Amino acid sequence: MTAVNDHETVDKKPLGHGRMLRKEDPRFVRGRGRYVDDVQLRGMLHLAILRSPVAHARIVSVDTSAAEAHPKVKAVVTGEALAEKGLAWMPTLSNDVQAVLATDKVRFQGQEVAFVVAEDHYSARDALELIDVEYDLLDPVVNARSALAEGSPVIRDDLEGKADNHVFDWETGDEAATEAVFAKADVVVTEDIVYPRVHPSPMETCGAVADYDSVEGRLTLWSTTQAPHAHRTLYAMVAGLPEHKIRVISPDIGGGFGNKVPIYPGYVCAIVASLVVGKPVKWMEDRSENLISTGFARDYIMRGEIAATHDGRILGIRTNVLADHGAFNAQAAPTKYPAGFFGVFTGSYDIEAAHAKMTAVYTNKAPGGVAYACSFRITEAVYLVERLVDCLAYELEADPAELRSQNLIQPDQFPYTTKTGWVYDSGDYEPTLREAMRIAGYDELRAEQAEKRARGELMGIGLSFFTEAVGAGPRKNMDILGLGMADGCELRVHPTGKAVVRLSVQSQGQGHETTFAQIVAEEIGIPPDDIDVVHGDTDNTPFGLGTYGSRSTPVSGAAAAMVARKVRDKARIIASGMLEASVTDLEWTKGSFAVKGDPERSVTIQEIALRAHGAGDLPDGIEGGLEAQVCYNPENLTYPHGAYICVVDIDPGTAQVKVRRFIAVDDCGTRINPMIIEGQVHGGLTDGVGMALMEMISFDEDGNCLGGSFMDYLLPTALEVPGWETGYTVTPSPHHPIGAKGVGESATVGSPPAVVNAVVDALKPFGVRHADMPLTPSRVWDAMNGRAKPSF
Amino acid sequence: MRVTMTVNDEEVSGEIESRLLLVHFLRDHLSLTGTHWGCDTSNCGACTVWMDDEPVKSCTVLAAMADGRKVRTVEGLAKGEELDPVQQGFMECHGLQCGFCTPGMMMTSRALLDRNPDPSEQEIREAISGQICRCTGYATIVRSVRWAAEHEANGCPAHGSTQEEVR
Repeated sequence: MTAVNDHETVDKKPLGHGRMLRKEDPRFVRGRGRYVDDVQLRGMLHLAILRSPVAHARIVSVDTSAAEAHPKVKAVVTGEALAEKGLAWMPTLSNDVQAVLATDKVRFQGQEVAFVVAEDHYSARDALELIDVEYDLLDPVVNARSALAEGSPVIRDDLEGKADNHVFDWETGDEAATEAVFAKADVVVTEDIVYPRVHPSPMETCGAVADYDSVEGRLTLWSTTQAPHAHRTLYAMVAGLPEHKIRVISPDIGGGFGNKVPIYPGYVCAIVASLVVGKPVKWMEDRSENLISTGFARDYIMRGEIAATHDGRILGIRTNVLADHGAFNAQAAPTKYPAGFFGVFTGSYDIEAAHAKMTAVYTNKAPGGVAYACSFRITEAVYLVERLVDCLAYELEADPAELRSQNLIQPDQFPYTTKTGWVYDSGDYEPTLREAMRIAGYDELRAEQAEKRARGELMGIGLSFFTEAVGAGPRKNMDILGLGMADGCELRVHPTGKAVVRLSVQSQGQGHETTFAQIVAEEIGIPPDDIDVVHGDTDNTPFGLGTYGSRSTPVSGAAAAMVARKVRDKARIIASGMLEASVTDLEWTKGSFAVKGDPERSVTIQEIALRAHGAGDLPDGIEGGLEAQVCYNPENLTYPHGAYICVVDIDPGTAQVKVRRFIAVDDCGTRINPMIIEGQVHGGLTDGVGMALMEMISFDEDGNCLGGSFMDYLLPTALEVPGWETGYTVTPSPHHPIGAKGVGESATVGSPPAVVNAVVDALKPFGVRHADMPLTPSRVWDAMNGRAKPSF
Repeated sequence: MRVTMTVNDEEVSGEIESRLLLVHFLRDHLSLTGTHWGCDTSNCGACTVWMDDEPVKSCTVLAAMADGRKVRTVEGLAKGEELDPVQQGFMECHGLQCGFCTPGMMMTSRALLDRNPDPSEQEIREAISGQICRCTGYATIVRSVRWAAEHEANGCPAHGSTQEEVR
């Protein structure tokens, strides 16, 4: 068995934070989860979507007559039909518009063109083949580098006055100051670094069941959404239904990974279909549809530069980025952050100046960008800086661990304002780095590598030290479609001392039903098993923006702690009446109030709950019941950090990379449930190995998607990943009520550079300073043989 | 056409189209929705069930091919209220998160342990290599199967009341 660096408590049932088995598991191990495709409603019909076979074409005609004649078909709807209702286009989360069904032309392969509603799933699919669409082919724009070239076909001619493929320009940092430090630097290293297009590929694809009740004018929508409240608001805007007549239910979700944040045309089609036919309608996409049409991730083409002194002091970093956003700008990011939080590209280092410039372009590809545990583009930012630091180490012939150590922000510098304006809340970086090196046996690994190199064997050691920025965010500057990024929480304690806590965030496997019960238990002393966690039902949970960007613990977790404290404050007043003592004379020990100096006089929270609901007087001004609600507006993000070390062996004959070991030390402040954190880290590390070595959504020159199924879009199995070795340090967030930071995406953010740095390190004898992901055998072989690296 | 098969020790039959996949027969006709459908190219294994005690990907078997056969799904893994050690192990060792791959993973793990009661880490990894998990990174699944192997002899606590066990 794998050695596990486990310093954790082994409590099975803590009264608060600590290792605790999951409340979700009993239903899942029995096959009793309830996912969207498990929903069966009386009279439910099935919807299937006809998709464009080509990347760019004008639609000449759509003939649906044969499909309509199919005996099991109830409706066939085209873009033109939607246009008549004003529903052919919908707003995206980036304030662009996206076609629900194509009207004028198609803009990427896999785009939605028409839909069929039929009695069963199989018949709906049959009928798709009976729809005859005539396309007039147009030249596609596939390579983002040519999107702004003169004469490049204009993809978005639907936008008034649009004569090119430009989406936005963005910049951050101080250009002049950065130029100055680069001018005085001893060493400047420049590298072109591509973070290729990948896909989050949750095991469960996207889908929905829409049920419109025409008598009550009420829509119920079960859907695979990470942000049910935000989706409800958007549906109200699109469909013209009032918000109080829309109930969005996000049941058990089979993984999200950012794929289930955007609104997809399929959801809107299901709603329209139910409105049209007056019956419940289910839409469930297949894997290929998920891969070719739903939110991709990354696709940043970056030129990075790093400036330093001879002795390894990093002075400045600058970058120029070309961002490929596909045919519609639908990336899910806070309104004022078109490049997400890419501004944290200065990483964990104390440098003098930094500057980034970005241009985003439209191409004939599926929309997306922000997904796959990116924390709003921090994957790209961390990959850039961690590759650049290794390129610098290569030029200086410095040890990459020592070079990092030399430049880390020091603990007394926190809160630390970066040269691009981000205020890191806390960090003690050096011990985290040293812990990873200790677990890895770093010096022994380097010695082993030297011996192997002498024998011609290829072994590489890669480091990554990252600072994340999670928990969006303060409402003064963060919103999505005008909705502030605060989160609500409600806590209700029942008469017998059992409780229900209602969240605005939505778990997709992260264990919220367990950990939020633990947060409340820690604050109020009710055992977690006596606390039910409700989420994902907009009728029965407070408003909030959902789960992505590792924001659940920072924002909603804070809300849960605060609401529990609010209830505890009320409980204290009730206790003072019960104990005939003043509130200031009461002492709280987890689960009960006692009179100071007289511990025999005490009441438990359960006794207080009964009193709150029972007969007898309550202190003046106190209403009955024991409940509260809050809406938590975070004052800053949380900034967890981590030190990762990857060890690879490369077969010199086949160029196959084998990840032998991976050590991950994470610091996310206060740890609510170490078992669950470890699982989050393991999953993210697997993402990192997948992206670094296997995964890519690529296109041919006609715009055909070449990664459209699991035959080609390769995900790691149990054989491609090692047994993970994890460790931790604890540097609490000073502004968070329980000192906890987010962590879910840290491993996905931090691990790809560690893997790539390890591979490049192994290839040092070949003079390789950089090679682009995914480092498949053919790409590694090319790098070993000095061939030009692939362009994208 | 009409098919009849034994699913989780119970004889069931249904009127189906010959093209119906077994995964859809189980989910849509029998409402056994624990078995999931995660891809369309037979790679992910979320649909793994047993046909005559052999793990098969039920998205790649026609329901008609299961006629007269014995099928077992995740819903038939526990003996009444008593969980299979594999189910217990997945809970004890945090071998699941979103739970979508879990039914298939457990069916394969149970079949592995029936043939090889003391599998090595590598043997476990090979056994589940036809199945994709996006959440766990597999290490805790390997631990879960080992937990089950080590607890087979002693049996499992009833009702899966793991929380009380080791206090």
